[in-house]
Amino acid sequence: QLERGCALHTAARDCQSSLSSQDVPAERPRAVFHTSESDPAKHTEQHEGRLYHIPLEEVKAVFPHGLPHRFQQQIQTFNEARVMVRRPALELLAYLKGSNLAHPAVRYVIYGERGTGKTMTLCHVVHYCSRQGWLVLHIPDAHLWVKNCKELLQSSYNKERLDQPLQASVWLKNFKTSNERFLQEIKTQRKYMWGKRESTEEGRPLGEVVEQGLARVRSASDAVGVVLRELKLQSPRGSFRLLVAVDGVNALWGRTTLRKEDKSPVSPEELTLVHNLRKMVRNDWSGGAIVTTLSQTGSLFKPSSAYTPQELLGREGFDTLDPFVPIPVPNYSPREFESCYSYYLERRWLQHEKAHTEDGKAELQFLSGSNPRQLDRLAGPL
Amino acid sequence: TLRLICTTTAVQKNNAGASGPEKYTEAFIKKQIEEFNLGKRHLANMMGEDPETFTQEDIDRAIAYLFPSGLFDKQARPMMKHPTEIFPEQRKIQWGEDGRPFHFLFYTGKQSYYSLMHETYEKLLNVQKHQDQLIAQDLPLQKEKRNLAGSRWLTKIELEEMLLEKLSDDDYSRFIQLLQKLVALPCADIEEKYIQKFSREVPVQLQKVVIEPLQYDERGVAFSTGEGKRKTARATAVVYDSGTGKITVNGIDILHYFPVLQDREQLLFPFQFLGRIGKHDMVCTVSGGGRSSQAGAIRLASAKALRSFVTEKEVEFMRQAGLLTVDPRVKERKKPGQEGPRRKFTWKKR
Repeated sequence: QLERGCALHTAARDCQSSLSSQDVPAERPRAVFHTSESDPAKHTEQHEGRLYHIPLEEVKAVFPHGLPHRFQQQIQTFNEARVMVRRPALELLAYLKGSNLAHPAVRYVIYGERGTGKTMTLCHVVHYCSRQGWLVLHIPDAHLWVKNCKELLQSSYNKERLDQPLQASVWLKNFKTSNERFLQEIKTQRKYMWGKRESTEEGRPLGEVVEQGLARVRSASDAVGVVLRELKLQSPRGSFRLLVAVDGVNALWGRTTLRKEDKSPVSPEELTLVHNLRKMVRNDWSGGAIVTTLSQTGSLFKPSSAYTPQELLGREGFDTLDPFVPIPVPNYSPREFESCYSYYLERRWLQHEKAHTEDGKAELQFLSGSNPRQLDRLAGPL
Repeated sequence: TLRLICTTTAVQKNNAGASGPEKYTEAFIKKQIEEFNLGKRHLANMMGEDPETFTQEDIDRAIAYLFPSGLFDKQARPMMKHPTEIFPEQRKIQWGEDGRPFHFLFYTGKQSYYSLMHETYEKLLNVQKHQDQLIAQDLPLQKEKRNLAGSRWLTKIELEEMLLEKLSDDDYSRFIQLLQKLVALPCADIEEKYIQKFSREVPVQLQKVVIEPLQYDERGVAFSTGEGKRKTARATAVVYDSGTGKITVNGIDILHYFPVLQDREQLLFPFQFLGRIGKHDMVCTVSGGGRSSQAGAIRLASAKALRSFVTEKEVEFMRQAGLLTVDPRVKERKKPGQEGPRRKFTWKKR
């Protein structure tokens, strides 16, 4: 069995080296399921089930904060980033390509059971948009903003609201890394006052607002609000296209675990960041798209079996997001499972001798139920 | 000199325990039998039944009715049985009034064993003589094979019971060797009756489990059912023959019903053992018990259902692998004076 595994590995290497310049046809049953097509724009149904490569510098530039933790670890281990092309992502990309930017922004909600690849789909879409030159507003996990916050300040802008300086500054930093060039191009349209002394004049590049937010951590949440407002106002003009990508959007309408100093619970509207984000997610602007993901794993006070938009968003959230295009993400199809399995084999992630056999593969498929997260966790110790 | 006159009987007796179990005299046994028969008739009259046709089962039922007992040990409950069943067989006194033993081999110590050996050897010589006669008359020797597969020799304990004296392992093996030598001769059929005294029937595959045939449902797909249990969980499984190894438990997919990997491994085991992981669909219902016992119960149920799809050899393999055995482990009872089944109370020195 060991020799068979080695033979497969060498055969795979040969395949890959010889066919690196062209697309791999689907006829070969033992072919490695890779594509050399790195541009998500060119991904079609022919590439379904294949893994495509993202160069590491691009990863750092495009996804400073978006990828799931386990995937980041996998990138570090394998020294390369490979994302699988799956049907929901292809669907979304088709919609985006065909969308009319003059119309109000269409909302897409990616939903599915736990561990089926919603965040990865979102990242695929974000990569496509950044390649196409869109301005990407990527919020990695909205749940981080509604729980485990150490500092809550009363907002200077609006007395009733609460600020979260830490989260806001972290997000601003990542936003800067991902959208460097836009920050110079976009100009502010209004004068903004930061406290008594500092202000930003009209017509200054947006980069200054971001710097202001990073320098003065107290006003970071307000800086975030300003950035969001500017982008929303300017995107209908058509100089750039805006993509709002929110992961875990159900956090915006649920409950929070935060409390004020008098131990009364905080509702999400009272947080500046959440308030501004809700304004972004409403479809009263045009020139872009809003892609969101539901997430049960970080959600608070929701049962673990809930995964449909109705359950997770609640009445309020559903009404606000309605109408939207739902995009369900299922578990791996047999073909996708095969490609993931052969990828692990090729990278020598599966060390156990039985894992190389057909029986081992059937066992893995049974035990993981073709769920990507379960498969990942199972393959870890092997 | 003063002599102790009034002494207790305990001091007078040499050694109370050395004589062994009490010996019953023949007269005593006879009296017990008479009393038993009389009692049987009285009991029949009491219960309003015919004394002539009152069997042992009727006696047992009557006693259980008249003297109900909640004791767990059946041997401890009141019983009325024939004295030969209650009093173990004992050897009668082996010597007469003058002290002379009856049997000529008494002084060997194991008189019945040696007399048995002598008898058996006599039969052997008999058979050999008969064989020689047949050869002399040029008649064909009968060669009917005794069915050795379905019979076994007496065990040592059974032989001891028959002879009423202790044997050693060596004696027993010598006796069995002699019997086998006797049986090996071609004309051993003459002494068949004698040999049958020392052989017992082996029940061939007691309680051979019947494997149910496959049933077919409306779509034409073959399926079979099985039941299993473990601790307090009871499960029924229906295994279909079509493809894609999808498994549903109580209407829920196994990935959601058993989030723990260990339980799913338990479910996987019968299919993996037979190499049929992706070939069967399964729908099960389970109730009672906890997570792990439900998994074990479904495993047993699916293994039992898979028997119908599989050859007999593989069924034997499954049985040896322990897939078809009900797990007898249950929660042990808590004992008084202890905190749990095994844990004692904390020991305090003072």
